[in-house]
Amino acid sequence: MLELKSLTKRFGDKTAVDAATFTVDRPMMIGIIGRSGAGKSTLLRMLNRLSDASEGEILFEGREISSLKGAARREWQSRCAMIFQQFNLVPRMDVVSNVLHGTLNRRSTFATMFNLYPQDDIHKAIEILDRLGIAEQAPKRAEALSGGQQQRVAIARALMQDPSIILADEPIASLDPMNAQIVMDALRRIHEEDGRMVIANLHTLDTARRYCDRVIGMRDGRIVFDGSPEQLTTGVARDIYGAGADFSEAATSTAIETLDRTTAQPVPA
Amino acid sequence: MTDATLSGPTRREVDRIQDSYMAQVRRRRMYGGLTLAIFVLLMVSGFMVADGRNAGGFWDGWRQMLDFPADVLSEAWEKRANLPGLLLKYFPALMETINIAAVSTLIGAMVGLILSLLSTRGLARWPRLIPVFRRLMDILRAVPEIVIALVLIFILGGGPVPAMIAIALHTAGALGKLYSEVAENADLKPVEGLASTGANWTQRMWLGVLPQVAPNFLSYTLLRFEINIRASAILGFVGAGGIGFELRNAMAWGPGRFDEAAAIFVLLFGTIVFFDQISSRYRNKLTEGQ
Repeated sequence: MLELKSLTKRFGDKTAVDAATFTVDRPMMIGIIGRSGAGKSTLLRMLNRLSDASEGEILFEGREISSLKGAARREWQSRCAMIFQQFNLVPRMDVVSNVLHGTLNRRSTFATMFNLYPQDDIHKAIEILDRLGIAEQAPKRAEALSGGQQQRVAIARALMQDPSIILADEPIASLDPMNAQIVMDALRRIHEEDGRMVIANLHTLDTARRYCDRVIGMRDGRIVFDGSPEQLTTGVARDIYGAGADFSEAATSTAIETLDRTTAQPVPA
Repeated sequence: MTDATLSGPTRREVDRIQDSYMAQVRRRRMYGGLTLAIFVLLMVSGFMVADGRNAGGFWDGWRQMLDFPADVLSEAWEKRANLPGLLLKYFPALMETINIAAVSTLIGAMVGLILSLLSTRGLARWPRLIPVFRRLMDILRAVPEIVIALVLIFILGGGPVPAMIAIALHTAGALGKLYSEVAENADLKPVEGLASTGANWTQRMWLGVLPQVAPNFLSYTLLRFEINIRASAILGFVGAGGIGFELRNAMAWGPGRFDEAAAIFVLLFGTIVFFDQISSRYRNKLTEGQ
């Protein structure tokens, strides 16, 4: 379905992503982990074509994606939705309008400039919001919502695109544990119910283990791990993060259960 | 209607939200449509009034719009051999124009700086007088340069000084407004820190605020300098000296001196492009290359 062939991105003499190669043969939920600066975001941005690859190619269902230009590129972007760490909504517009932005690629520039969307789309947008449990917020301005609610609006915008792939760049990094769980549950449910592929950059290992079918580890721009969550042992994680023996997942975990675990087994000082 | 009871209140709830949102959308579209209609009406009626009062009428006149440039260009092309000499002849006048702009920008910026700090919430020396200084800047901005210049020329006689004062006054008002908007966003923590050491108002502003806002202030000042070059060229038309004065003389004589007019146009255009490029380059450096 999705195939990356030695995808490379250079900024000057620095290589952000170095010959990333992997194949995904069916829709699944993939987590990409690695420390900051490892090239995770750059990889996702190249998949969405927000930035161009320096070398290599991306194939989706046999079609070359990395060389698309103009309208063809924008058409691809509409099929490959993206969710950001800072939500990237238009703060002063209401929630439904933000969700309707997911249809921009299909609508004429003139109609969208005056916010003229068909009634069916408006109804669909509110149904999607209802599915994510925030239909009540529909007429409010996006900036009036909490972080977790804003991220769900961003997911609703992505769903409005009716995409084949949803890319999520650190979707829960600026959320508290409770909202993080709601957002990750929503992404997982979308994957299971709609059969869409989800690729998420994650900064916590337990999230990757808990929600993903496959985990890809990156270090200094290279893919150093590609396997199932079960194969992701503490030893492997140390390699991915380049950490020493004092590395403990529990120290940075955001899952609520970790609290119980650490109190049960105190870390030796 | 059995599934309505099955899916229960949530379904009805969503329907309600959809309906109320659609009502809101319809209302917003109606307001938008009304605004558009009023806008179109104003545009059309405004144009009709302007056209009706115009001496010649737009529909007959617009075809002749290119006649004058064509005359100037053809005559200048015939006498193109004179061009280098004329450029040299009018260069001193150009320098005078640039000087007027530079001096008035400097004076205007200094006055504007003081006015802006006095009229910014949180920084003002006398917070109660903020409205006074704001209105003062409004007045300085509201009176066009050309009006001040005409009054001053009447009092002081023609020459570059009235033009300089006129532009400086306008600049003080305009820059004061822009400066104070920048200063409003300045971080007040350093100011508080300085106040805790016993610094007076001038010291707090100079050492606490200016370092934060200097790049933006400079960038606005450069932008204003560009605008002032144009303004001082225009003021030449009302007798304030500089290249505008020469241009009016060349053009008012009609055919025969159009080669001089063309030379002045070339000088003016070149200068404006030159300073535009320089200042936009420095402005980029100031705002990005921190």
